[in-house]
Amino acid sequence: MPDPRPAEPGEDILGILPERVVRPETVEEAAEAMRKAHADGVTVVPRGNGTRLHWGNAPRSCGLLLDTRSLDRVIEHAAGDLVVTVEAGLPVARLQELLAPARQQLALDSPLDSTVGGVLATASAGPRRLLYGTPRDLLIGVTVIRADGEIVKSGGKVVKNVAGYDLGKLYTGSFGTLGLIVRASFRLHPVPDQSVFVTAVEPDPLRAVLALLHSPLVPSAIEVDGAGRHSTVAALFEGSAAEARAAEAVRLLGGGARVAEEPQWWGRYPEAEVLLEVRAKPSELPEVLALGGSRIRGSAGSGVWFIGTFAASAPDLVARLRRRWTTVVRSAPPRLHGSLDLWGPSPALPLMRRVKDQFDPGHRLSPGRFLGGL
Amino acid sequence: MLLGLAEEFRSALGPDSVIDDPVRLRTYECDGLTVHRASPGLVVLPETAEEVALVVRACVARGVPYVARGSGTGLSGGALPRTDGVLIVTSRMRRILEIDLDNQRAVVEPGVINLDVSKAVRPDGYYYAPDPSSQQICSIGGNVAENSGGAHCLKYGFTANHVLACEVVTPDGDIVTLDDGPGYDLLGAFVGAEGTLGITTKVTVRLTRTPQTVQTLLAAFPSIETAGAAVSAIIGAGIVPAAIEMMDALAIEAAEAAVACGYPEGAGAVLIVELDGPEVEVAHQFAQVKALCLDAFEQRVARDDADRALIWKGRKSAFAAVGRISPAYIVQDGVVPRTALPGVLAAIDRLSEESGVRVANVFHAGDGNLHPLVLFDDAEPGAEERAETVSGAILDLCVSSGGSITGEHGVGVDKANYMPRMFTEADLDTMQRVRCAFDPPNLCNPGKVFPTPRLCGEIPRVRRGEPEGELF
Repeated sequence: MPDPRPAEPGEDILGILPERVVRPETVEEAAEAMRKAHADGVTVVPRGNGTRLHWGNAPRSCGLLLDTRSLDRVIEHAAGDLVVTVEAGLPVARLQELLAPARQQLALDSPLDSTVGGVLATASAGPRRLLYGTPRDLLIGVTVIRADGEIVKSGGKVVKNVAGYDLGKLYTGSFGTLGLIVRASFRLHPVPDQSVFVTAVEPDPLRAVLALLHSPLVPSAIEVDGAGRHSTVAALFEGSAAEARAAEAVRLLGGGARVAEEPQWWGRYPEAEVLLEVRAKPSELPEVLALGGSRIRGSAGSGVWFIGTFAASAPDLVARLRRRWTTVVRSAPPRLHGSLDLWGPSPALPLMRRVKDQFDPGHRLSPGRFLGGL
Repeated sequence: MLLGLAEEFRSALGPDSVIDDPVRLRTYECDGLTVHRASPGLVVLPETAEEVALVVRACVARGVPYVARGSGTGLSGGALPRTDGVLIVTSRMRRILEIDLDNQRAVVEPGVINLDVSKAVRPDGYYYAPDPSSQQICSIGGNVAENSGGAHCLKYGFTANHVLACEVVTPDGDIVTLDDGPGYDLLGAFVGAEGTLGITTKVTVRLTRTPQTVQTLLAAFPSIETAGAAVSAIIGAGIVPAAIEMMDALAIEAAEAAVACGYPEGAGAVLIVELDGPEVEVAHQFAQVKALCLDAFEQRVARDDADRALIWKGRKSAFAAVGRISPAYIVQDGVVPRTALPGVLAAIDRLSEESGVRVANVFHAGDGNLHPLVLFDDAEPGAEERAETVSGAILDLCVSSGGSITGEHGVGVDKANYMPRMFTEADLDTMQRVRCAFDPPNLCNPGKVFPTPRLCGEIPRVRRGEPEGELF
């Protein structure tokens, strides 16, 4: 492994420049770097492709930036078992390419060019969460390097497995605060023969969304883009007879519904200074749209919304949204961080603190990035 | 100690809610796995989360261990009581609190029976997808503890994929809701923790739209190998059936003796393949499935729900049915990668031949979850030990093929000693850090899951209402 090098300009994480940067080539090298950081009491922040490095709070400090991008091997693709085990630095898009010849896929949408580890650490998912779930639902085993440098695993490489605690779910979405994710096993899905989109410009998007949800047509995703008269509802059907199901959906929705190309906004975050994520019930769609402004888009069938807004209006909007819903500020300019609680409250924070204390007693892993200053 | 608690609980919960009569206590001495037995020191039957919290706080204050129990159908001794502890039974928490069809969810108390959730919403075209074989009697709270699966989890996933939130009485005695809100996915850690991280008192479950159509095929094959090849072909064709179940000749013989399910005679193995979903989708794939079962010497398609129930009857009765051909048996619950099935089954055959211990195979073939039934005569000296040895050797086969020691029954007390075969000491230590975070004094269902308890060190202060921000 090359020795850690000083950070270069532009390698800062929300304004915090790492003291050193290391890019291990193997899991063992990564563990060695973690052991050394442990011995020296150095803070560590992992990074993959950096697509969501600006999400969350800035770390309190970064003694070592651990670049996972050279941990990019496919350990095993057991096609007959619909399971793959990869290293965490592998880009998701590359993984999909590697699976494609077997007509298999990791059923996760990753619009950004993220690594597997990055997607897990941020628990990000796209439109198809409706049918396939989020990373927590597809991850079946994980290997992590603990704060003290120990390499540990949970789960396995079979889909059905209840031996021991499912720590994969705990690490998923933990923003690098509990350990360094280095390997992951996922359940895979077949690539469908047909993928068909249905779109409709809808004055009453709730009606359309509920009609699709209650139908037996099993859409893989139901998305809504924009509020007001320009709301577009789009649904995705996948399978060997998806065209026929899409045609049924068009009849069900009526009006201007039609089979269409993939909308250009599909699965993309609204572009804005500040990005918010709101969790509501599907039936609360009109209220969310009313509050969310024009740059709103989301997985309406799952009640997950992304809202783009200006820095100046963000604090007020967040306060109003939080009166009713869980709202996380995914990204905001660092100057707002002092006045804006990015993560919002959680009744389980005392328990989360204790989990953090157990996994990272020195609070050296991505310190301050997470909820409650964890 | 327990005497004082009994009095305290009687005055707080009412005299009917406390059981300390030794004869009545004995009815709680085991769950569905009857080889492990222990009469609880005391049983309480709370009716609210507040009562559960009161009981937990009282236990913790006195250092008394406590165990939660739903319907007691678990198969790993996860709800095995402590003779020196309190058993908290959720059977009086049986209300379905809310059904919200627009948002495809229901809120239920932990004692609600799994199947009752589906019954409540079936007229509206919905059901609750996880369907463990015991679904007519097992409770949602127990399902949450065990992350229960079922025959249809191949397509629909496990309890963890269908629980949106849990209200939990923590081992501190606090009532906290775990959901998909910001922060660590504590809900994900809690579901499947076998009741060691607290007791759920309210569960929000996802409701699934009833599929437009269901097609069920019973296919009889000359051998396990040919049936196994058909399973691989179906999966390889990119089809995800709702269920693929397999039974071998011995299991078929037992089912036939017990329920006369009328499976084709002379089969070395039968497959039940079920597809569900939109009609156009199912029609297309069902034709493919039938074509892929080319080595089957007989195929029967269920004509209606009654027919389908008959096909499933043989499979669902298989465990109990084995009682017809053997005085006693051990139900094993290992998992292998699906592609390793043929090799592992051949190895189980060899084990059986070498030891003279008969093994009937029933399994969820789609996901490699084996339920070998290891038969023995408990009247014969040494027979049980021999069966245990074979049963353990089967688990070793599962682990060495890259699988797991349990697919859905849980570790409980039964398999805690097998955990080191799958996990290193450091792996287990890491899991127990979660336990230490939730339950530092180790009083919440102690002795389950892990072979040796981890000392949690100094018990951390509960930080309530502490200002957020810098911690050091």
